[in-house]
Amino acid sequence: MVPFIYERASDRRSALSSGARAGAKYLGGGTNLVDLMRETIERPDVLVDVTGLSCGIEETGDGGLAIGAGVRNTVLASDRRVRERYPVLSQAILAGASAQIRNMATVGGNLMQRTRCGYFYDDAAHCNKREPGAGCDAMEGFNRNHAILGASSSCVATYPSDMAVALAALDAVVTVEGQDGAREVPLSTFHRLPGETPQIETVLQPGELITAVTLPPEGFAGRSTYRKVRDRASYAFALISVAAALDVEGGAVKDVRIALGGVAHKPWRANSAEAALRNGPTTEAAFRAAAEVELAAAHGLRDNAFKIELATRVITDTLCKLAALQETV
Amino acid sequence: MHFVVNGGEVDLTFDPRTSLLDMLREQLHLFGAKKGCNQGACGACTVLVDGERINSCLALAVQYQDRQITTIEGLGSVGSLHPLQAAFVDHDGFQCGYCTPGQICSAVAMAEELKRGVPSFVSEDVSAEGFSPTDEELRERMSGNLCRCGAYNGIVDAIQETFGATEAEPGKREAA
Repeated sequence: MVPFIYERASDRRSALSSGARAGAKYLGGGTNLVDLMRETIERPDVLVDVTGLSCGIEETGDGGLAIGAGVRNTVLASDRRVRERYPVLSQAILAGASAQIRNMATVGGNLMQRTRCGYFYDDAAHCNKREPGAGCDAMEGFNRNHAILGASSSCVATYPSDMAVALAALDAVVTVEGQDGAREVPLSTFHRLPGETPQIETVLQPGELITAVTLPPEGFAGRSTYRKVRDRASYAFALISVAAALDVEGGAVKDVRIALGGVAHKPWRANSAEAALRNGPTTEAAFRAAAEVELAAAHGLRDNAFKIELATRVITDTLCKLAALQETV
Repeated sequence: MHFVVNGGEVDLTFDPRTSLLDMLREQLHLFGAKKGCNQGACGACTVLVDGERINSCLALAVQYQDRQITTIEGLGSVGSLHPLQAAFVDHDGFQCGYCTPGQICSAVAMAEELKRGVPSFVSEDVSAEGFSPTDEELRERMSGNLCRCGAYNGIVDAIQETFGATEAEPGKREAA
């Protein structure tokens, strides 16, 4: 680990002022950042500890919830309001990591976690994300866990968060603050696709701090679910995950939300599939056809082409189960 | 810097790069928590902070000043074992023993999480009257602690005996 100065922020203003310095980085639970610092992939000069800030979950007044960026993952997943009104979010968090890590990790830090691509971690490998212009060894290497949607010739890494996949489906909004004030960014546009600059993963500007994530009033309780397919039953990153919600009215799809994890450089909101489904029938054939529309642009590599069919089937099956749930109500 | 470890107070000076695990082992010579993977994958370094389990290898020690830190040495001792330590012995919950301090710290905190009603991916509601965790439930909640000897059956039995339903008998439980 490269030496750094540790500062514990006593309030938001001092955090932003410390964070504005060159080489500064914000520290949450540290579950990813400390590991990356140990590998010298991250080399901050100043570490600004923001874990004591923004730790509340509050009603927004219009029926939504505002979640402080410092809220621990366990606290968020356990919150009675989240479990009752936004169960897909609680499920997604509980599907990720281990109990120990969920106790440490914060909401803001979860959004800022970096890829688990083995070539990103291996300093003997070429990686455009770690060292822009160096090349990408994953492209022709072991790429079973890599992206099938939205990748570029520079980077095929996936973004690992489960929580963010549910947030994407729920139309959550991220509040970020800098010294010039606050702005709001929809979760679905907070993370970037890799393009030619895979080292830039979010729309955060230098010095900006995530302070909150806001959930809109509609949480799809009772008609949403988080489905995660992985190599072992617990404590593994997703091969494919689906956060889905389905509203059925008069035998037709009234509203639908689908977001995918494990497929791209960001939580992948399946807009094409949603558009294909809206006002259509709730049959397995329709669900499958919509999933195929979404995956039409998918590109498989040597080891991960199976994820295209896997994602199609997981989307289809998840929607079938949600539809069946509403037939029995 | 001021720390509270196993009920005792200590003042230490060290480089901010020091992990909580290294502080406990190298500064305080508490060798119970182990350095297995040193990247949060194995759970051998699990300790309790204010009663909650964390991976001490991923924790910068400076972040845990003035918090109540408990290691395996604070849970029991030779001649005065914690009930879960005794149950691990009775049920062969280990072979080499390297992961055991982490397993036991983790399970002690897990029992508190169950009491508080913290949900899991297996059970979203554990607050019901008479709730008793199935083996599947325990395995999910303990998935952050690996045992490369594969003593999982004994580990689950030891935890069931200590924290599960009072009537539980190893091998005779059924999934709820």
